[in-house]
Amino acid sequence: MAKGILIIVEQRNLEIRKVSLELLSQGRKIADETGEPLVAVIVGNGIEGLAQTVTASGADKVILIEDAKLADYTTGAYTSVLNKLIRKEEPQAVLMGNTAIGKDLAPRLAQRLGVGLASDCTGMETDASSFLVFKRPIYAGKAFEYLTSNVRPILATIRPNTFKVTDPDAARKSEIVKEAADIDAGDLRAILKEVAIAASSRPDLTEANIIVSGGRGMGGPENYVILEALADVVGAAVGASRAAVDSGWKEHKFQVGQTGKTVAPTLYIACGISGAIQHLAGMGSSKFIVAINKDPEANIFNVADYGIVGDLFEVVPVLTEEFKKLVK
Amino acid sequence: MNIIVYIKQTFDTEAKIVLDGSGKIDANGVNLIINPYDEFAVEEGIKLKEKLGGEVTVVSIGGAKAQEAIRTALAMGADKGVLISDPALENADEWANAEVLAKAIAKMPCDIVIAGRIAIDDGASQIGVRLAEILNVPSISSILKLDVTGTHVTATREIDGGTETIEAELPLVLTAQKGLNEPRYPSVAGIMKAKKKPIQTLTLADLGLSAGDLAPKMSVQKYTLPDARKAGQKIPGDVATAAHELARLLREEAKIL
Repeated sequence: MAKGILIIVEQRNLEIRKVSLELLSQGRKIADETGEPLVAVIVGNGIEGLAQTVTASGADKVILIEDAKLADYTTGAYTSVLNKLIRKEEPQAVLMGNTAIGKDLAPRLAQRLGVGLASDCTGMETDASSFLVFKRPIYAGKAFEYLTSNVRPILATIRPNTFKVTDPDAARKSEIVKEAADIDAGDLRAILKEVAIAASSRPDLTEANIIVSGGRGMGGPENYVILEALADVVGAAVGASRAAVDSGWKEHKFQVGQTGKTVAPTLYIACGISGAIQHLAGMGSSKFIVAINKDPEANIFNVADYGIVGDLFEVVPVLTEEFKKLVK
Repeated sequence: MNIIVYIKQTFDTEAKIVLDGSGKIDANGVNLIINPYDEFAVEEGIKLKEKLGGEVTVVSIGGAKAQEAIRTALAMGADKGVLISDPALENADEWANAEVLAKAIAKMPCDIVIAGRIAIDDGASQIGVRLAEILNVPSISSILKLDVTGTHVTATREIDGGTETIEAELPLVLTAQKGLNEPRYPSVAGIMKAKKKPIQTLTLADLGLSAGDLAPKMSVQKYTLPDARKAGQKIPGDVATAAHELARLLREEAKIL
């Protein structure tokens, strides 16, 4: 009989990703509501010290799978150890973040387990008949579908920023279990050679609480410095529209929209962005939208909570100074 | 080299999404295109063929209209197409589609499979990686750079905040991220040639499968549309006044800053 909710906790350089804390927080709520235990698994090397954080964030049981071969994420090795663990634990549901790792790992794991997968979910509710219902954007957010799984375990990846992190409880206790990492040569057919993390003091677009984004109106790559100055005052990420990316001003990883990233920050500041349907799909579920554009007829004003009709090169520096006064 | 490219026909990115009378996504009157990420896969397949020789086979699952997407890939320079088309696949989930695709590909000579990293319609991003699992080969997803030398593959893939470089041996499955290449436009000569290139159509029965083998693992309860956003206020005044007022509204009304 399937039992429990299993969270695959993601760590990078022995630091737990924020999305994993979000899942532990929400998992705890579901565990309390349904009477199911909340189990967390951490895979890596030298990860023992993370068990305390995971416990304080809500886990009833923490499983550690440690091996030098698991220090870095590789599809084969991680799929192998997690497949074995899930078959042993038989949870009702397995949840992980829709991160680069989650996107790569979850489909492989789902297929090895012979189950479905609700990917990139932005909502999750308990349900009497199917245990969990997942809400996920389709057509980059132009519509939503609600998915349930007909088989167990239920597998889902959840988009970062979907759930809030609750305050950790240092007094919580959990059962801590070590599982052997049983990895064979067949699991290591793709070898990680090099990792290059771009040095950036700014948050990732998909995790950012505030995004300052620039489009065609930026006029050139050199002008993004004024958006970066605004972003850095409030700890925001910097994004771009497809027009700006296709002009070669920003790399694709900064693109917001249907063929880029779908984001839902608390505040999205669109500068010199006209508001094409593909762009609106990617940022339309932001809580507040600010538009700064010269063209009073620009479509972006139809979705913006606050708009300033004006030259962004004049408005943004003044706004930066205003933000500085507020966050001082 | 036998190169297989998996493509999907999707709604145009311009498409407005509406629900039909039964609450499902309405495809009526919607312009259809090759999924943009699959164009990168087609381009990379053709580039591999140009460098290493061999043949590019484009495989798709869909209705009769998906022939048009295959035809476009053939006009770009792929050699032949396979369309898996069966009414029983209309509500297939990712698991079922991957199983069907694997059945078809297992019958073809295959050194490398390339797919787009995600389809812009369902946004699920599962088929390529699931396919690799069924075929029992490695996969490298969301690649930005590829080098194939002999049977040795080096690929750079996008990760959160950076990239990583992975090495593996053929055969394997790759999924393409934007930035991998610039897809070529079909030339007039290419379009003419594509008309003569073969497209084979396969049903589930041709693959030795029946609808009963593909009972979905996932069910869609319902579809909804996002709440329409309302236009808010345009803040009047000169730059200094408007910027000051915006900062105030963000703090006092939106309670953000």
